[in-house]
Amino acid sequence: MSNARTPFVVRFFSATGRTGWIALVLFALLTIVAVPVCHLMFQEGDALFISTFYVTLIGKIMCYAIVAVAMDLIWGYAGVLSLAQGLFFALGGYAFGMYLMRSIGLDGVYQSHLPDFMVFLDWKEYPWFWAFTDSFVYAIFLAIAAPGLLAFIFGFFVFRSRVKGVYFAIISQAMLYAFLLLFFMNNTGFGGNNGFTDFKRILGYDITSPEMRATLFALSSATLMFALIFGRYVVTSKYGRILTAIRDAEMRVMFLGYNPLWYKLFIWTVAAIICGIAGALYVPQVGIINPSEMATANSIEIAIWAAIGGRGTLVGPAIGAFVVNLSKSWFTVAFPEYWLYFLGLLFVLVTLLLPQGLVGLYQQLRARSTR
Amino acid sequence: MSDVTTDTSNIKAEASSTATTPKNDDVILEIANISVSFDGFKALNDLSMKFMRNELRCIIGPNGAGKTTMMDCITGKTRPDEGTCTFNNTVDLSLLTEAEIALVGIGRKFQKPTIFESHTVFENLELAMKTDKTVFFSLFAVVDDVMRDRISDTLKKVNLGEHADQLAGRLSHGQKQWLEIGMLLMQDPQLLLLDEPVAGMTDDETERTGELFNSLKGKHSLVVVEHDMDFVAQLKSMVTVLDQGAMLCEGEMAAVQADPRVIEVYLGR
Repeated sequence: MSNARTPFVVRFFSATGRTGWIALVLFALLTIVAVPVCHLMFQEGDALFISTFYVTLIGKIMCYAIVAVAMDLIWGYAGVLSLAQGLFFALGGYAFGMYLMRSIGLDGVYQSHLPDFMVFLDWKEYPWFWAFTDSFVYAIFLAIAAPGLLAFIFGFFVFRSRVKGVYFAIISQAMLYAFLLLFFMNNTGFGGNNGFTDFKRILGYDITSPEMRATLFALSSATLMFALIFGRYVVTSKYGRILTAIRDAEMRVMFLGYNPLWYKLFIWTVAAIICGIAGALYVPQVGIINPSEMATANSIEIAIWAAIGGRGTLVGPAIGAFVVNLSKSWFTVAFPEYWLYFLGLLFVLVTLLLPQGLVGLYQQLRARSTR
Repeated sequence: MSDVTTDTSNIKAEASSTATTPKNDDVILEIANISVSFDGFKALNDLSMKFMRNELRCIIGPNGAGKTTMMDCITGKTRPDEGTCTFNNTVDLSLLTEAEIALVGIGRKFQKPTIFESHTVFENLELAMKTDKTVFFSLFAVVDDVMRDRISDTLKKVNLGEHADQLAGRLSHGQKQWLEIGMLLMQDPQLLLLDEPVAGMTDDETERTGELFNSLKGKHSLVVVEHDMDFVAQLKSMVTVLDQGAMLCEGEMAAVQADPRVIEVYLGR
């Protein structure tokens, strides 16, 4: 049990319990050691070789899992159903994508220092908001600051007006849709419909090299694990208890002297930043970012991952992201026409039969076996 | 986020500076000529009242008399159309948010027990405790031994000592009422507003609640809205009768019960 004298670092990391740490260490051995080694040290045809396809697929799903953890913080713990997490994810992706576009240098189709789509629009120089994006560090900063700032401003006004529940969900979706339309336009300066693609390198290294893929893969895994550790600290802190109290009885919290505005705004902004970081990791792995990431269906799917995995458990939504996306990649090959029906069915079944999601099912089974 | 930190600390400083010389003949809360109407219905009609420091006051009246609306006006849940509520002679409550009103030292219990059902009884009291209520502080806060002692003291006061680690949602109705009263005590407010605190309690629980309130006399100001006449009699306090959003009469329980106007609108029915 921690007390007032326990250093913060110890409290931060010990919020994740023993089982949690065992799982994290195993996950780290698998994703930071085993997969990169298998990808780099073995060749096509070796039994232990893991192909680029799988490294990219799992790396991508780990980015989704990070988003799912953020979704759980805001939905599972604070009770705020956001249908805009895909926007923050895409903004982080676009921010890092700007750096990737500038790293193409003169290797584009038009051999210009400008990205191809700007040449196509007959632009002569970069718009002001592309300033400094040739810097890697600034791009990382932007991937955090852009979604964070947008979330802070939007959240401030919406939470201050005490917009809640389904109304909040609708307003967040409206914002998402507005940005979707904005990014679809060629004149916005983000490549319109096609977005950014044809990336060549990061910090001078070839983006398609196995080493780069393994590095991005390990980074995604490390970020996911950090998101889980950070999330666990936040939800077990007094702040986290107040957050769930706001979810359950906001009036009572207010009359105890807490201002729910700042409590919701903090987790909302943090969740947006986490999504932005996930987006920045996602784009170099899949090699493209375009407005379809802001499609309303994508953001709804994020909520489905969380519900299927188990809201209010942190690890549940991450598992949900894996389960849904792995079945998606199998389904879309085996029965491409039926994926959406299957997803809908899965969501309905989980909502009806497993209100606590897969993690809740596991907990029930364990409680039954120990009885 | 820093804005709100300075805001609330100013209010606290103000509240504590006025609280440094508490005298029992001070007015703790003055309601002056407040009116509230909902879609043409006058819930409060030019109501004026004064509450003294460390006084226990009961408010009775028929349904729709404006008792709960009055509490809503004091705690910022409803803004009066006219009139003001002044706390400690200096603080104009109409300028503050609900949370800021709580921080200056006004605690409120709702008619329906409102507690955090998915937290333990201990955690409910922990969250209610008088302390820095900013996000930054809460992120790093740790429960120390002093707080633990305060919480267990309060648990004893509200007869929940055995239930510290139980989920609050599992408590009986009467225990939930007690827990909410306990949360108010953890806030250490100067003024407690209690809306039907013994509704749904057994006779035994009601009597123990009466004992608790009597023990709080002289330490806090209490305003109790109640329908249970035996309970009001047990508190042996000044009684104010409200009817149709205005004050009907005020006095000792016996005098009020004998007042023909009160019998007409309320007790006689």
